Parts: sequence; structure tokens; C-alpha cells
Amino acid sequence: MKRDLYRDLAWLPPCPADFNRQCRTALDSGDQLGHEIQRLARYALTDNELIRLSKTIASASSKGLPLTPLRPFKLGLAGNGTSEFITAAITATAVRFGLALTSATAGYDQALQDSLSADSALNRLQPDAALIALDWRALPLHPTPGDASGAKLAIDSTLDFFDTVRHAIRQNGAPLCIVQNLAPPPEGTFGSLDRSLEGTLRFLIDGVNAGLVERLRGSDDLLLDVAALAETVGLANWHSPSEWNLAKLPFSQAFLPLYADHVCRVLAAQRGLSRRCLVLDLDNTLWGGVIGDDGLKGIRIGQGDPSGEAYLSFQRYVLSLRERGIVLAVSSKNEDETARLPFRDHPDMLLHQEDFALFQANWNDKASNIQAIAETLSLGLESLVFVDDNPFEREMIRKILPAVAVPEMPQDPADYARTLSASGYFEAVTFSEEDRKRASYYAGNAQRAALLGQAGDVEGYLASLAMEIDFQPFNETGRVRITQLINKSNQFNLTTRRYTEAEVAQFEADPRALTLQVRLRDKLGDNGMISVVICRSNEPDVWEIDTWLMSCRVLGRRVEEAVLQQLLDHARRRGVRKLRGVFRPTDRNKLVEKHYAKLGFSQQPVPQDGCQIWELEVGSAVVKPVPMAIRSFGFNSVSSEMVR
Amino acid sequence: MDTASCQNALQEIFRDFFDDDTLTLRPDMTAHDVEGWDSLANIRLLLTIERKFQIKFSASEVGGLQNVEDLVALVARKAAYRGV
Repeated sequence: MKRDLYRDLAWLPPCPADFNRQCRTALDSGDQLGHEIQRLARYALTDNELIRLSKTIASASSKGLPLTPLRPFKLGLAGNGTSEFITAAITATAVRFGLALTSATAGYDQALQDSLSADSALNRLQPDAALIALDWRALPLHPTPGDASGAKLAIDSTLDFFDTVRHAIRQNGAPLCIVQNLAPPPEGTFGSLDRSLEGTLRFLIDGVNAGLVERLRGSDDLLLDVAALAETVGLANWHSPSEWNLAKLPFSQAFLPLYADHVCRVLAAQRGLSRRCLVLDLDNTLWGGVIGDDGLKGIRIGQGDPSGEAYLSFQRYVLSLRERGIVLAVSSKNEDETARLPFRDHPDMLLHQEDFALFQANWNDKASNIQAIAETLSLGLESLVFVDDNPFEREMIRKILPAVAVPEMPQDPADYARTLSASGYFEAVTFSEEDRKRASYYAGNAQRAALLGQAGDVEGYLASLAMEIDFQPFNETGRVRITQLINKSNQFNLTTRRYTEAEVAQFEADPRALTLQVRLRDKLGDNGMISVVICRSNEPDVWEIDTWLMSCRVLGRRVEEAVLQQLLDHARRRGVRKLRGVFRPTDRNKLVEKHYAKLGFSQQPVPQDGCQIWELEVGSAVVKPVPMAIRSFGFNSVSSEMVR
Repeated sequence: MDTASCQNALQEIFRDFFDDDTLTLRPDMTAHDVEGWDSLANIRLLLTIERKFQIKFSASEVGGLQNVEDLVALVARKAAYRGV
């Protein structure tokens, strides 16, 4: 079922089915308890799951178990209606922001009394911040339609009420209040006139919300814009008369996780814990297509093409983040020169090289690259957000560098900006000239950061993916896709030989050719056909590898080794003694210049037609076991032509 | 929806909600019989049932519930009305 961005916090990875069990076993993790709870908090949790997690946290606290590295934070809450679920949800959500929350609540409908009384649980807590979460029902907002002075009185009394509560809480020791503004109920009495006629509830709430902005300006207190949040999800969805009626729930519990997230963003931002750096992939993230394969003319970016416009709108959003001081960096699997091409030469690109503090385009794993980015910028990993269209890369960074925020991205690039915005990682509570200039303090000369060695257990990550690789010979079903790959692969292509569909069909029937179409699946999804190999036996006992190409999307997963293993298996069965690899260098395939060397082939001294020749003795070749399940089918029994 | 399937479906919900795989619903069961089934949990339980069955309870319907048998009957009736 499609996840809703706001109801399901779809930018967070989905929660595992055995979440309850994991909450239980978390309590046995000794000094890893804080980390384990944080791992659980990083999933998209429903209201029930948040409350479940808050019970685990409460259990840990009551047992006196330390929750390091979470930082303690005391939150007061003065609201109306049923607030127990709200504090539980905020407590569980705060873990994702690095905070171990304890809280105290004003008594039911006692916001004013408890904020004034030094003796209330709220004030005795001496909170680090107090959230004033009142809705219109608790305030002196009596509609007086058509009565302007009555309206002014209602608005001013309400604003004074907020001031009284705020000041009382501050007088009693809390350093700051977070004041929630009002979400108007969708029910009106006039229609469009509700907005402009003085004294309607809509008019009064608009007045209060505008007044709150003014009254908070210049104070240390902060605004929580619940009005905007409710509008975003729809006032008719936010307000649930039946839930208020059932249990005095101030807003629909379906939005409890989202609300808790927004509260925590403000708390964390106030503490300087918001993220500051956005690391971006390039291919299919900032433009449509793969620059190394499609070239400048083939990538989709710009006006006039729906896909190109979608990527442009995402670039526009990224640029606006830079303009408010978020530092940008690139982490892309590409030749450095190739990756910079669109920024330099494509007329429709909005982002330019100078917009980036660092530019990591190489073939190394992204975890090592992102770690290098953080080190070079002197930022902790918890300051970084990483955006990539490829679920493999996203999941790898979540596993190896869990402190980096990696939002789940939607399929459609038209929704990229909205998803990144909804994730709220860059929440700010102030904005100054210095913030604006921050991005350029990092020189913006798009340097390369030195890689400082491998980050984390990549082998372990690969093994966790449950990869399945399928090998088949060329056949009619695969013909179109095989032809497509043969004609569009430029980077991971050893000989760049192009064949028409008719020629590919001929290979299917050629008894002197061994052909492979390779498909890769893993627990994240099906990658489809990702590699094509053609071997020919022109000499007895020797197979020459006429074609070996692979999709760059599956680099770093040891697919090449699995392919070699498959070739050796077939070679052995058919009595072939030697594999001969051919490398024809082009201006696009520098990526594979060491391909045969890495697989243990030896370079032969005499090139042929400008091509390097590499050879491997089949009998003695050894391939280390690869982290995937191998299936091989559709191959005929040994044909006489292929054996001497 | 017939009461037997309804009770089975509710039992699954109860088991997950109260984190107890051994919980078995009996018609005469009340909140007193289940650990953690206090008034706050009751609210969440009802909301969870609403969500899973795609139904809505009114305050008066809920106010009249005495035991699990009443709950099963109410849910079965509302789910039937929905065409489940």
C-alpha cells in the first residue's frame, strides 16, 4: 500500500513487523541501550508504535538504565484535552533527534492555573522548555459575527491569555516557551465570508495567529506553526470531531507521529541540533538519466520536458536551501570529469559547481565518501542529510553511517522537493546574515575530499541484502533489453561493440558463442537485467570475451566476480583452457581499465587493433565466494562446436 | 460480518495491541481481566479497532459497552453495515 508522506512519515524507512519484540529485547542490550532505542526510533512509527517505544524508554528509566548518547531534556506541556498520548509520542520521537525526554504536564484544562502555580508538576520539573499546546476550545474566542470591536476584544484577550501563561511559566524558571498557534476548524457559518467578516471564528483565529507572530517577535519564545501543519494535511483531516467526542483528543491521532516530529524539530533546532549539510547524488537525483551513459544531450534537465522540469524544480529547491545557508556536497559514482560536465556545459542546470563545498565523484563506495565529506567540513555525521534515488545506496548509508539522515525518496522526481521539505531535517528557529553566508564560508570551490579509508562493514551490508543473481543465455524474451544495454552502455563496457537486434538474435543461435544475460534481485527490489556478456570461440580451447558490459547502478556489489565465476563454470564444463579478455579504451570507459587486472587476468604484451589483451588460465583460476545466491538456467547441454 | 470471524479478527488486534500472543478473548472478558487495559489504553484500542475495520465509533456506542461480547457485537454490526 502506498505510504502517505504525512500520515506515514514516508521519508522514514518502514517499521519492521517484529517491532514489539525488538522493543522488548532492546532492554537487554546493556550499554548499547541508547543506540538500540535510537535505531528503533529511526523507523516510521505509528501512534501505537511510538507509545510502545515510550513504554520501553520509561521502563529503562525506571530501572535506572543509562540512555547515552541521548542528551537529557525536560519538557513541560500545558495543553487542553487529553495529553498523555502527546507526551508519550514526543518522548519516543525525541530519541530520533538525540534527546532523552522527561516531561510534566499541566492538569487537565489547568494550563493557566498550573503555569501560575510554583507548586505544579509543570513548574517543579524546571523544564528546559515548555510547550503551550492550546486549541481554540480552551481560549476566550467567542464568535461575534459582524461586531468588529467584539472581535478585537476576543483576539486581544486571547493574546493576553497566551502572554500570561508564557510569562508565568518563565517566571517559574523555564528558559523558554514554545507556543502553538491555532488550526481553525473547517466548519464555518457563512462560507467565503467567514474569512473577512469580523468576529467569525475563522476571522478571530486568523487574528490570533497573526497577533502571536507579533507578540513572540523579539522574545526568546518560539512559534510552533500547527496552523501550517494542519493546513498541509487538510483541516478536515486534522480536526476529528468524533475523536474529540470520544476522548477529548485535540486532533486526529492519525497525525500524532507527524505532530510529535514537528515539536521535536523545534526543540532540536533550538538546541542547535538541526542538520546543516545536504549531500546529493547526481544521476537520476539532480537530473534524469546517467551522464556517463547518456551524455550531455541525453540527460533530462530543463524546460519543455516533464521529466526535465521535475528535476529542475528539485534543483530550485536545493538552491533555495543553499541560499539560506545549508552547505551542499556531491557524492556520485562517476568519473570526476564526467560528473562535472552538466554543471559546466548544460545550459539548463540551475546548480553550478560553485554551489558545492565538496564534489566527490569517484567509483568508491559512498559510505567512505560521505565520511570524508563530514571530516573535511568538520561536521559530525549527525549534521548530514543524504539524498539518492537508489535504494541500495540509501540503505547502505543507513546501515554503515546511521547518524546520517537518509530520507526515502519517491519514484517520481516531481515529488522530490516536497519529500525533502516534509522531512524537516533543516528546521531553523532563527535566521541571520551569518546563516545566509555560511554555505560560502566553505569556499564553494567544489573540491575533492581525501578518502580516509573504508567506512564500515560493506561486506556485511552486501550479505544482508540477500542478493540473487540469475544467468541465462541470450533468448527471445531478453532480446530487446539485451540490445538496449549493448547500445547504450558506455562506461562499464570493455569493448563498446554495438550490435543490432538482428545480430543479437543471431548470437542466440550461434553454437560457437557463449552468451550471458544477467539479472540481479535483492530484498530492496528487482534491478532487472544489469549485465551482458558474449564469449566467442574462434580458436580451439580459448574463449574470447567479445562483450562485457554492466549497469553502473550495481557497481560495488561484486557482480563482476559472480559473472567470472559463471564464465569459469561454463568454460570448465566445455573443456576451455583459457579466457581472453579484450579492453578497448574509449573516452568514456576509463572506469574499467583495471577490470581484468582486478579479476586476476594477466595482460599480454602485444595489443591487437588498439585493444589490450588479457588472459586467464581456466584451470587455476579461483574466485572468492560472492555474497549472492546464483541461479543458472536455460543453457543447452554441451554442444560439440564449443568443445574443440 | 459474523461474530466468530469478528472475534478472531479482534483477538489478533488485542494480541498485537497488548503485546501478548497468548491473549484469548472470552465474551465475558472485561478491562479488569487484561493487564494494561486502563482507560487510556481503552481509547487507543478503540481507535486501533476503528482503523483496522475502517469503522467509526460514537461516544454513546462506546459508553454502552460492558464486556468483550458487547464489543464483538458492535464491531460485527458496524463492519456488516460497511459491507465487510
